[in-house]
Amino acid sequence: MNKHHVVGQRLAALFFFGMLVFNYPLLSLVNVDGMVGGVPVLYAYLFVSWVAFVGLMAVIVERK
Amino acid sequence: MLQPWVIALVALGYIGVLFAIAYYGDRRVTAGRSLINNPYVYALSLAVYCTAWTFYGSVGRAATTGVGFLPIYVGPTLMAALWWFVLRKIIRISKVNRITSIADFIASRYGKSTLLGSMVTLVAVVGIIPYIALQLKAVSISFTLLWHFPDLSLPPINTIPVLRDTGFYVALMMAAFAILFGTRHLDATEHHEGLVVAIAFESVIKLVAFLAVGVFVTYGVYNGFGDIFTQAAARPELRRLFTFGDSAHAFENWFWLTVLSMMAIMFLPRQFQMAVVENVNERHLNTAIWLFPLYLILINIFVLPIALAGRLTVSGPDVNADMFVLLMPMIKGNELLALFTFIGGLSAATGMIIVETVALSTMVSNDLLMPLLLRTKVLRPSEHQDLPSLLLLIRRAAILFIVLLGYLYFRLTGEALSLVSIGLISFAAVAQFAPAIIGGIYWKGGTRLGAVVGLVSGFLVWAYTLPVPSLVQAGWLEGNFVEQGPFGITWLRPYTLFGLSGLDPVTHSLFWSMVANIGGYLVASLIGPQSVIEHRQASLFVDVFKQVRRGEHIRLWRGTTSVPDIQNLLERFVGRRRARAALAEYARERGVTSVEELEADSELVDFAERLLAGTIGAASARVAIATVVTEEPLSIEQVIHMLDEASQVIAYSRQLEQKSHELEAVTAELRAANERLKELDRLKDEFISTVTHELRTPLTSIRAMAEILYDHPELDTNRRAQFLGIILKESERLSRLINQVLDFAKLESGMFEWHVSEVNLRSVVEEAVASTEHLFRERNVRLRVVVPAHVPTVEADHDRLVQVMFNLLSNAAKFAQDWVEVRLTLQGDVVRVDVSDNGPGISPEEQELIFEKFRQLSRGTRNRPQGTGLGLPISRHIVEHLGGRLWVESTPGAGATFSFILPVMVSEGAIAPVGVQSS
Repeated sequence: MNKHHVVGQRLAALFFFGMLVFNYPLLSLVNVDGMVGGVPVLYAYLFVSWVAFVGLMAVIVERK
Repeated sequence: MLQPWVIALVALGYIGVLFAIAYYGDRRVTAGRSLINNPYVYALSLAVYCTAWTFYGSVGRAATTGVGFLPIYVGPTLMAALWWFVLRKIIRISKVNRITSIADFIASRYGKSTLLGSMVTLVAVVGIIPYIALQLKAVSISFTLLWHFPDLSLPPINTIPVLRDTGFYVALMMAAFAILFGTRHLDATEHHEGLVVAIAFESVIKLVAFLAVGVFVTYGVYNGFGDIFTQAAARPELRRLFTFGDSAHAFENWFWLTVLSMMAIMFLPRQFQMAVVENVNERHLNTAIWLFPLYLILINIFVLPIALAGRLTVSGPDVNADMFVLLMPMIKGNELLALFTFIGGLSAATGMIIVETVALSTMVSNDLLMPLLLRTKVLRPSEHQDLPSLLLLIRRAAILFIVLLGYLYFRLTGEALSLVSIGLISFAAVAQFAPAIIGGIYWKGGTRLGAVVGLVSGFLVWAYTLPVPSLVQAGWLEGNFVEQGPFGITWLRPYTLFGLSGLDPVTHSLFWSMVANIGGYLVASLIGPQSVIEHRQASLFVDVFKQVRRGEHIRLWRGTTSVPDIQNLLERFVGRRRARAALAEYARERGVTSVEELEADSELVDFAERLLAGTIGAASARVAIATVVTEEPLSIEQVIHMLDEASQVIAYSRQLEQKSHELEAVTAELRAANERLKELDRLKDEFISTVTHELRTPLTSIRAMAEILYDHPELDTNRRAQFLGIILKESERLSRLINQVLDFAKLESGMFEWHVSEVNLRSVVEEAVASTEHLFRERNVRLRVVVPAHVPTVEADHDRLVQVMFNLLSNAAKFAQDWVEVRLTLQGDVVRVDVSDNGPGISPEEQELIFEKFRQLSRGTRNRPQGTGLGLPISRHIVEHLGGRLWVESTPGAGATFSFILPVMVSEGAIAPVGVQSS
């Protein structure tokens, strides 16, 4: 039960973090006309954060 | 050049495989080896979220708006983090209450309301039909495109006869599939295993197909991501897609689309079907929380490259960007891949159609048609026999009806809208369920009236701001009210309601419909009253994790029925065999041997209603039960009375509990007191034995001396005097001992006589020193006395103070090595006397013990002071009685200092130069 609560709290915190990362104003910081490693900055930012977010969810839920 | 018959054959072959997989899945259940009891299958089945919209439409949207397609997938990813709370709760509630659709869920929460159930069903059907049309449209145009290649322009849909349109046949085959695997048995809480396995399989196919195109375009046609992006960057109209652009509202639109898709992933009927109804184990959710978003990432990685590559490769006004996924392999001459892509798109479309129609047909039959039928006379008990078959028939007809309605919609609206726009309209429709559901599972105050008002107003605003104007623009409705507003009222223009402009239509509609919906829900809930059954359902839903087992909550029900009536009802709705089995199982649970012995009580009614709810929905079940149960309408007074009874029982049991706690506390106190008494008794015994021992020692020597003197009268005078001296000394010791014991007893009982007068401490010290001088001399200890010439007087008992000083001095004399110092000082308004020695000292633990009356006596043997050892306790008693304090300071090995202070009586007398006396 205790572990259940901890996981829930971590996921909720991650959710708020995700709302921050995937919204204005942080998005406006990467809304620039430029490339990083051959990929537009905005695309790179979105996909890297996305993968990180899902990775963190997996770690939080699956960690024993 | 692909021949149409090849394409058709492959498509048919694929659908055949789907049927085979579903059949196999169902067979495995019968064999007892379920395929869907697996978290990965569960997560994959959730990917039914990705439809033809994702497969074709994302690329189309990306080709025109850049990252504009992404919120639809970021939203569900964020929501997945909250599934841990929200979805888990919805699943639990649905399992406990045997809920089989989203309409059932809302109806059940708000007092099993038939009205709400049918309203939700209507909203869902109206909202989802365009979405189904979207799938058929995607299949139809992808087939046509494949067939007509290299002609990139599509013939208008209304020029293709229905019977030559692939969309039509796909629609029919999907209806057949849904009927076969979605309505095989009645109890919808039994899972559609074959169907779920087939959907999971489709999720794999569409992902693999999309990834194949992505890899082909990115690495086959171009040299990786960098190549595509660099080439696109050279074209200004494509470089524009790398950012949100300059639109002031780009971020608002992004945010609202994220919110919209967060609601869609929870409340689309097909998502509810897969995530809640088909869930066999709550733990599967743990895997789905991260695996499903991972799926979303994978299927989106190549969207932007394909979109940009499409824009780089193909141009022309006829080209539909939605079809880039299919066009790219075709233009590059890879027909096999093109065919596989077509199958991928087909799998995305069919998966959605199958699950959506099964979900909608359950709603239509349970929440729309059943309540209607039950209220008409036709279905009253003992008039109609084969109800289960009728129910199945209704569902099958509903499936066919919904699919054909979708096809009709597609034929009528044609090419007017892109895939994504149609899909978003549906998203905004199902978002209207969010307030009633989220409010319903976390807030007990939400009422039926609130849900109805919220849903109706939200739905009306949605209809007015999204589908109606889009139909006008499709040329379907006459009028120019989109531009001018109805009757020329400009602030009612559907795309800029109340002058709110700049947002895209979906965001705009979502905002206003949510304002109306949430506002209506809250206001009506807070104003209106809540009926008894609403209240009961509300706590059943909100507190679902607190309920331990059935029958624990207070049943607010009173009515009459009979067991045979209920049995008949169940047999008619769920079939004879299943009804009997369920009742027998229930009887066993209740601890009776046969169904006949059951009591027709509220619990049985409750059980029957739940069983029925699994088949015909909560609202219909309530109507059906009402036909055999004459329920006494409960007045508020009766409810209050029932609650009172219950709360009295609770209060009584609380009182009992409290009493037992008090008893425990008293028992513990008594036990402690008993322990203390035993200890005191033991100490008293020790005290007596020690005292008697101490008394016997001088008595023995007195007697021995006396016997010698008696037996030997011839002893010389010197010896005689010596013996008599010993006798005297021992008698003195004996009387001192007895006096002390008596003193102590008096002190203890408070019968001590005090003679308080003005006392000069200097004389007290001198007197005590004089009477102990011989002790010091005997032990060869030097005594230093430091006393001021004038000492203020204190109010005290002179003799008792002498006794205290005598005790302290004789103790010091016993322990000192070679010196003792007595020092008298005046400290403010107290006089302080210190008696220091350089003896072995007293350890910190023993410093308080030595003042305890019995401890001293019971302490070890060697260091025990001679005499009674009552000296110190008596001394402390005396000093404290006179308003002072007596304590000891000592470092083991460095001697001890006993000090006491007494308050000065009158502040007079100065301290003269210190006089030193030595002896």
